Amino acid sequence: MLEKERHVLVILPHPDDETFGAAGTIATYRSMDVPVTYVCLTLGEMGRAFGNPPFANRENLRDIRKKELFDACEAIGLTDVRLGGFRDKTIEFEEQRYLIDRMKAYIEEVNPSLLIAFYPGHSVHPDHEASARAIVHAVAELPKEQRPTLHLIAFSNDAKEQIGEPDVHRNVAHVVDAKIDALNAHASQTIWIVDWVKEGLQTDDPEVYEWLENEYFYTYDVEKEQLPTW
Amino acid sequence: MELMNREQVQQLLQSFANEPVYIHLETTSGAYAAHLQEGFFNSGAFIRNVQLTFEHAHVTPDSPHRVGLKLPHGWVYAQGITHYTVTERDELLLAGLDGEGKLAVALQVSRTPFAQ
Repeated sequence: MLEKERHVLVILPHPDDETFGAAGTIATYRSMDVPVTYVCLTLGEMGRAFGNPPFANRENLRDIRKKELFDACEAIGLTDVRLGGFRDKTIEFEEQRYLIDRMKAYIEEVNPSLLIAFYPGHSVHPDHEASARAIVHAVAELPKEQRPTLHLIAFSNDAKEQIGEPDVHRNVAHVVDAKIDALNAHASQTIWIVDWVKEGLQTDDPEVYEWLENEYFYTYDVEKEQLPTW
Repeated sequence: MELMNREQVQQLLQSFANEPVYIHLETTSGAYAAHLQEGFFNSGAFIRNVQLTFEHAHVTPDSPHRVGLKLPHGWVYAQGITHYTVTERDELLLAGLDGEGKLAVALQVSRTPFAQ
């Protein structure tokens, strides 16, 4: 069902982006023994959620989310996790050339056949957008034969209106338990969603099953798309 | 974090007066505010590890609290403070957490720089 990849590279800005966006896909590749490398660009230290009641604070959120990240990745079989060292909510202010070069260096080093990232213009959070912009430019700058396939995550309210339905749909029902474990691992950020999921599973809420069991991506062709500007 | 204790925070803040301290001041509606509520005007500000000296601190009695620091040539203040904690590094962290427990405002004071 899922094509075997040589190597999958995931580049996303925040601990939990991988879980919300691609946990089932990653878990599936790992179950097929496909190597997956995840570059998590920040530690999400500017998150607003501290747990309720708050067990985190602005200063310890970094360490808490770092641990949550590694626990979540372990749950989905993801062992090659790298930290990008950017500060949460500042990626868009980095110099454009620097950002593209950093993304390019990851791609050249890992040499993936598939790259999962956010979709520029349709990924809502400024860090998502900035990383998305840099990544599609980095891929476009690579020689054609070195370019990985790009599967991008779009979730802006107007995404479907603007860019249509996602062309890649994955049913990940077989790895839902791992995905739920990953969600639970990100406790400081996900307690609200975890409650919704728990309740949904008890009451057989189709919306919860749809959300858990399906992941969607847009294939992005850097030759055909108008690349985003800064 | 713990719920605000006005007397204690007043004392803690005043203990940082009249010496150079590092400030973290932040207001935020979250990066998703306009995504979740169409038309929401998303604004916020962030400043971290700026050094200043204040001569006087005041925590207002009504909750959520307002907290003001008087500087030789200016002011710093935050509105909506509900929680506080002191870290192992003796940083005083004040935060305003909304009804869902999410941070809306933070004012923090430390004698040493906050982690980058």
